[in-house]
Amino acid sequence: MAAIPGGVLAAPPRPFFQSQWQTWGVIMIAPYVLVFLAFVLYPVSYGLWLARHPESYVKLFADPIFFRTVVNTVVFLVVAVNIKFLMALWLSGFFVHERVWIRWVSVLFLLPWAVPSIPTIYSIRFMFNPEWGVVNSIIFKLTLQDGPNWLNDPRIGLGLAMVTHIWKSLPFWTLILIAGRMSIPREQYEAASVDGASTWQKFRFVTWPSLRTLYLSSTILSMIWTLGDFNSVYLLTGGGPADMTHVLATLGIRYIRLDQVDLAMATIVCALPFVLPLMYYMMKHLSRPSQ
Amino acid sequence: MKKFSEEAVLLLMAIPILLWSLIPIYHIFLFSISTKDSAFSGALWPDKPTFRNFETIAQQHHFYLHHFWIQIWNSLWIAVAAGAITLFVASCAAFGISRLKVRGGRTVMNLALFTYFIPAAFLAIPMYKAMGMYGLLNSRMSLVLAMVTLASPYAIWVLKQASDKLPYELDEAARIDGATPLQLFRLVYLPLMVPSMVAIGTYALLLAWNEYLYAYLLLSHERTVTLAVALGHFISADDSPWELLMATGLVYALPPAAIYYAFRRYMVSGLTSGAVKA
Repeated sequence: MAAIPGGVLAAPPRPFFQSQWQTWGVIMIAPYVLVFLAFVLYPVSYGLWLARHPESYVKLFADPIFFRTVVNTVVFLVVAVNIKFLMALWLSGFFVHERVWIRWVSVLFLLPWAVPSIPTIYSIRFMFNPEWGVVNSIIFKLTLQDGPNWLNDPRIGLGLAMVTHIWKSLPFWTLILIAGRMSIPREQYEAASVDGASTWQKFRFVTWPSLRTLYLSSTILSMIWTLGDFNSVYLLTGGGPADMTHVLATLGIRYIRLDQVDLAMATIVCALPFVLPLMYYMMKHLSRPSQ
Repeated sequence: MKKFSEEAVLLLMAIPILLWSLIPIYHIFLFSISTKDSAFSGALWPDKPTFRNFETIAQQHHFYLHHFWIQIWNSLWIAVAAGAITLFVASCAAFGISRLKVRGGRTVMNLALFTYFIPAAFLAIPMYKAMGMYGLLNSRMSLVLAMVTLASPYAIWVLKQASDKLPYELDEAARIDGATPLQLFRLVYLPLMVPSMVAIGTYALLLAWNEYLYAYLLLSHERTVTLAVALGHFISADDSPWELLMATGLVYALPPAAIYYAFRRYMVSGLTSGAVKA
């Protein structure tokens, strides 16, 4: 180093720094790149390769529960996610009120999200047990009649799986919408008040225009994730009665347990036309350079 | 008058919100302090509350509970390892992308985002296959690595958002003082990122502790499974001991609830700030 002529030393040593910092940059991102290659890219490519035979799809479509599963999945996505977001929108309006006691309510409200699924979903499952569950016991005390069969009825079973899904993930999305509402400048509401706007008008003309993008992108993200919600259905109904409450997530795992990996992957491939447009929208939306 | 009616409306809204959130959780608690007869009678409070269920668990005196202590240890081991590795992977990546401006950083962000958007149950199937090929099935490491894969995209996203906000002059000053990238990372970057790192570490830890599906697929031996999988085994028989199931479930649910409340300030602000940007 000492041998370098003075003229070169006087120049800013940028290129050397640049390359050293670039090298370290590559080292720094290497762990994640390795994780991605080993546990996302390779498994997904291998899985898609396993799903290449047309016979898998013939077998899948011939499975009597497949069509029912697709209908269940669509109903689950459209109904449960939209109800969840209307509730989250409404609840976020409740939680933005600044009161000490509302802060405590919000602490308790977040519990379903913070605790693990398995005990809580089993708890809901037993509450709706037709013979010993607390729900039918209360119905019997009040009306002296036996309550419905709940989880042994495929329609009610799927409905309760949606309720369970909403119960579990509502706090998270409410939190997101609360954060969205908090970022709206307070002056806008004050100005609206001065102009004599009603509560509804404040929502319609101040809250909603600012919240709309967040609401839409959150709904889409939630739809993608709900497609992968295995617990709410599997732990509540196990796909039963008679495999009539399956969704694509539980059906895929069911094939894995039956050691039919090609059918499991074919199930996922059938869901790709739903998922890929939503994923494309989210990628475009979130990787905008503006951030 | 208007003030008073507004308070009344808020209180009336609070009651159904609390009932909705707490009933299933109260039901777990109720079962865990009840005898089997009392639990199955549909009572809202047991005649004689009892802690017998917890004694049975601690002494592993039931067929489903023979490996309780090793299973809760597995859960803890996996959660801590997944949290630590996620923090390492994500903070390195966020530093490389946000501060060192490594070429290809945007591509890596997009890969992470792409992973974040894959529905969890869908990735589980090929990942199960791949873990089999790597010979990792039924080892705790397989679940740790799976959880790192699931947690790091969001972790990188949040940490990158946070580190973009740090003033760039800090890096310049460190460079002029002749700091190496590693020194900048250790001595300047990490100390400033502590709040976000606490949020992300907790996030990954809870994600791994609470995970059921991946644990159920990747682990099957009764001495390697986590408590979540063991709980799943409880209802394989018709006469399941639901009171013990719920008591074990309560023991399992308490640590994440406690950790969550201890760190909720970090969690809520740390985890939602990135989302609202969009």
